[in-house]
Amino acid sequence: MNSLYYQKRLSRNIGDKFFTCLSVICALIATLPLIFLVTYILIKGGSQITPELFNLEPNPPGDDLDAGGINPALVGTLIITSIASIIAIPVGVGGGIYLAEYSKGGAFSRFIRFGVNVLAGVPSIIAGVFIYALIVSTKILFGSMYSGFAGGIALSILMLPTVIKTTDEGLKLVPNDLRYASLGVGASMYTTILKVTIPSAFRSIATGVVLGIARAAGETAPLIFTALFSYYYITGFGDLFYEMGSLAVLIYNFALEPYDAQNKLAWAASFILVLSILSVNIFARILAAFNEKTKRV
Amino acid sequence: MIKTNKKTPKNIILSLDNVSISYGKFEAVRNIFCDFKKGNITSLIGPSGCGKSTVLRSLNRMNDLIPNCSLKGTVMFKGTNIYDKRVDPVEVRRRIGMVFQQPNPFPKSIYENIAFGARINGFSGDMDNLVESSLKKAALWDECKDKLNDSGYSLSGGQQQRLCIARTIAIEPEIILMDEPCSALDPISTLKIEETMHELKMNYTIIIVTHNMQQALRVSDMTAFFNAIEYEDGDGGKVGYLAEFNSTKKIFNSPKEKITQEYISGKFG
Repeated sequence: MNSLYYQKRLSRNIGDKFFTCLSVICALIATLPLIFLVTYILIKGGSQITPELFNLEPNPPGDDLDAGGINPALVGTLIITSIASIIAIPVGVGGGIYLAEYSKGGAFSRFIRFGVNVLAGVPSIIAGVFIYALIVSTKILFGSMYSGFAGGIALSILMLPTVIKTTDEGLKLVPNDLRYASLGVGASMYTTILKVTIPSAFRSIATGVVLGIARAAGETAPLIFTALFSYYYITGFGDLFYEMGSLAVLIYNFALEPYDAQNKLAWAASFILVLSILSVNIFARILAAFNEKTKRV
Repeated sequence: MIKTNKKTPKNIILSLDNVSISYGKFEAVRNIFCDFKKGNITSLIGPSGCGKSTVLRSLNRMNDLIPNCSLKGTVMFKGTNIYDKRVDPVEVRRRIGMVFQQPNPFPKSIYENIAFGARINGFSGDMDNLVESSLKKAALWDECKDKLNDSGYSLSGGQQQRLCIARTIAIEPEIILMDEPCSALDPISTLKIEETMHELKMNYTIIIVTHNMQQALRVSDMTAFFNAIEYEDGDGGKVGYLAEFNSTKKIFNSPKEKITQEYISGKFG
């Protein structure tokens, strides 16, 4: 007799259970690396955190007793990322505005969109080599070779596609009604964009910018070719044009050292880098979530 | 098609002369001749797809914003063809304001919604006064005088639409175009907006697109009936044309064209 009740032994029900379990297991395995990585770094690096870490210069490898701190690398990362942002945000937001507001979907804008996608897929080491060839080896920046400035330019190349894309997409989400309203009361195109569309899309643009910064801050390869590394405090504006330390390169250098003290310093730096990128990402999430809420009003 | 050449041209504020509008290769409306009189309310009615909204949007160059949209013929506004190459569309839109189908206030305060347009138009007088008088003209002042700093979105749909009308009035246009301003509203809000329109008639020329024939009958002095016919070459596409243009009374009581009669009486559309 065919009953309507659920039958466990039916082959389709067994298959269904099996596939549900399989996908749950795969999902768990996928999150394992993240969990292990973060906890490992938190444990290994968290134990190394001391106030001196943030104040001192790193000591040259070899002195096994005391490795010093990561102050120059921390400040260097901040400076290099800021330089990258100062270049990439205006150019990226401007490009995004062109794509979303001014372009009419012609060949030129299709070419730019394609180009941006290609740029997003360029390996970061290529950006480093490119800036090396363009700026470092030619000594074009006031005769300096490796410099924090060159590092910032290399990172800005990596930030650009994220900023352009999120600006473009953020602006496209602004309803056309709003643009017509503004143009309808006699606003020019640029007043409309500055006073109406950009403020409406501000949060999604800001989210993209923050994600771009988070990506750039953790890059190592482009910095090895451009900013290199420095053991010394950053004291003035002139230091921009000399080798500059950064957390990522510090980790790369010191993790490979045979000395325990340097290795511990690398762990501490990893801890701080991961924590700051994580918090920047969470900040971007909060920004985006807040954005969704205000849009529904 | 009826051409009203007998009226003194002085009265005519806006006139369409042999206007055809196309989107790319698709022709939306063809050979429109139409004169709008100063201080009148003119309704554009007709079945869906006959191009009445297209015609309305062409009157203050809103169609410029639609890619591929092109216009042939002339639209004369007080002696200037607004499609002349030397004309600045921004300037046209300042003289000929527009109220849209969906209420679309800016995501700003009620006060700022009105001040925005005035400010970018170089208004230098007393902004508080302007906001108050615009809201009064749009019959919204009493409802929102205590919450001018609230967001424009905090208002109901009908109030939002009146805010949009107030915003348009604030820039002191000579003509106000309305694209089905009540289609998203309930009957009570609609009635209020119609009352507003009657008051605005003293100072402004109004051209309104409506699907609601009763509304056309209630508010307008002149009515233009648009219809769509299939192309002669017969590829199934339709092109809009102005079937009949006359005083609202004549259109509704004794239309000259059979097709108008059929539309008015609800036989199609």
